[in-house]
Amino acid sequence: MGSQALSQNNETFEINLGPQHPATHGVLRVKLTMDGEYIVDAEPVLGYIHRMHELMGENRTWAKYLPNMGRIDYLSALSYNLGYVQLVEKMMGIEVPERAEYIRVLTTEMNRISSHLLWFGAFVLDLGGFTPLLYAFDDREHILDLLESVTGSRLTYCYYRFGGLYNDVDDDFLTGCTQFLKRLRSRMPMYHKLVTGNVILRQRLVGVGPLSAEMCRKYGATGPVLRGSGVNYDVRKNEPYSIYPELDFDVPVYSDGDSMARYMVRMDEIEQSMRIVEQCIAKMPQGEIKAPKVPKLIKPAIGDYYHAVEAARGTFAIRAVSDGKNQAYRMKLRAPTFCNLSLYQEASKGMLLADALAFMGSLDLVIPEIDR
Amino acid sequence: MNKATIITELRALAAEGMPDEPEVVETPASEEPEEGAKKKKPAPPEPRKNGLLELDYVRRGVHVDVQMAADQVVRGAEILDAEGLQLEAITGVDWIKENELEVVYDFSYTGGECFRVVLRVRIPRDEANIPTLNDVFPSANWHERETYDFFGINFEGHPQLENLLLPEDSDFHPLLKDFKGL
Repeated sequence: MGSQALSQNNETFEINLGPQHPATHGVLRVKLTMDGEYIVDAEPVLGYIHRMHELMGENRTWAKYLPNMGRIDYLSALSYNLGYVQLVEKMMGIEVPERAEYIRVLTTEMNRISSHLLWFGAFVLDLGGFTPLLYAFDDREHILDLLESVTGSRLTYCYYRFGGLYNDVDDDFLTGCTQFLKRLRSRMPMYHKLVTGNVILRQRLVGVGPLSAEMCRKYGATGPVLRGSGVNYDVRKNEPYSIYPELDFDVPVYSDGDSMARYMVRMDEIEQSMRIVEQCIAKMPQGEIKAPKVPKLIKPAIGDYYHAVEAARGTFAIRAVSDGKNQAYRMKLRAPTFCNLSLYQEASKGMLLADALAFMGSLDLVIPEIDR
Repeated sequence: MNKATIITELRALAAEGMPDEPEVVETPASEEPEEGAKKKKPAPPEPRKNGLLELDYVRRGVHVDVQMAADQVVRGAEILDAEGLQLEAITGVDWIKENELEVVYDFSYTGGECFRVVLRVRIPRDEANIPTLNDVFPSANWHERETYDFFGINFEGHPQLENLLLPEDSDFHPLLKDFKGL
């Protein structure tokens, strides 16, 4: 495919970006056909950390599959936890106590902030700015400490259970969250001053990697990539789950479709997630954190079920087929960045290599999630 | 997007070329045994016939569930494409007891109201051929390669049907139920 040089008399050459390359944040390989500094074709090669999570879903009981959810997208593990437990609750008809729902949303949104902060730091690092990474990790560290105090782990969380939570949060955690939000609120203007308004950053991002809404639809892109192209779609709003309908938050949408738009969407999402966490703390009801009657043995009724949630990178969905046994017959995981990356080959044609790396960074790739 | 148009067109499409059966059965919201039941019950129940079902979204997660023949799936995708839906995922299911593979296409609407459609096709296990959707939705390219990886399903007309997630020299399909491990 398309190995013609852009101009006549020129020759093309092939280079490999990755599988070990700092800008790919994991083991992604991109086979590049170059005409000088310009990309003729960029073909992503996947599968370097493929672990066959879908087969594991068929080999272990529904409950034993829970820890796998923290290891698909390890940066926003709680969204994946949430999607899976909600799917099983949907299949089994389990009602979740309100307090558990609030804690789930609170921790998921904290996780989303930490995921976006890491992306922010790593993305600017890709563009050659080292300092913001350290600032972002400083803030993210607070979230990891807070989440560690309730979930017991710092990255690969396995906190939700069918019908509730592993354990309750205490006042220290809620106070800690409030203090962290206060801190992050005071830091956001600094980030915008240091990075968003930076003329070098703007020149690297504005107009780079434009994606039309139609292209996003054809390639199944979701999440901040889709919202950066002017489509107001967020599973939390369009297909509400948990207690999101009771919370007041906006969906940031930018219509430019370039890397800057995707950057702005994520920065605004941090603010919106902070609003959600604040409301969860203010409204936090007292009560049980676990449904009173959760069957010990999970044996969902025969049939197949679909459930989608908004993870930090887009729509994460599970299609589970049950044959009435205590293991799934089929467990399909629909990972958002798998689709988001699939448009890379078409969108990067004719781009400068340096722009293509900025564009790749703006897609916010997490390779274990693509490879699953 | 017009839900009624989609439902009418898909229903007409799925009914095409079928033997003279009575009208497609519409399941009421509460029961589910349409595609799984045949596996478990001692007396082999009727296999599900091609046709359109409107499902209970709250319980099942999709609004419309269509089973159709392999040669109708491109047309089915075109109907959904024309109404502005996006292809969310393609996957397979190995129904080894019936010696069939099922290909499942999930569609969703991102323009506002939530609407999810699933298309499913049953193909014989030893002759697993189905046309590609690559020309309608470019996103099908990777999804189909992944399904080819895991199930060995041949997507006819696919421009690059090579292993995507598995090593390029692998000759096994791990999600087939008779896969024994390496």
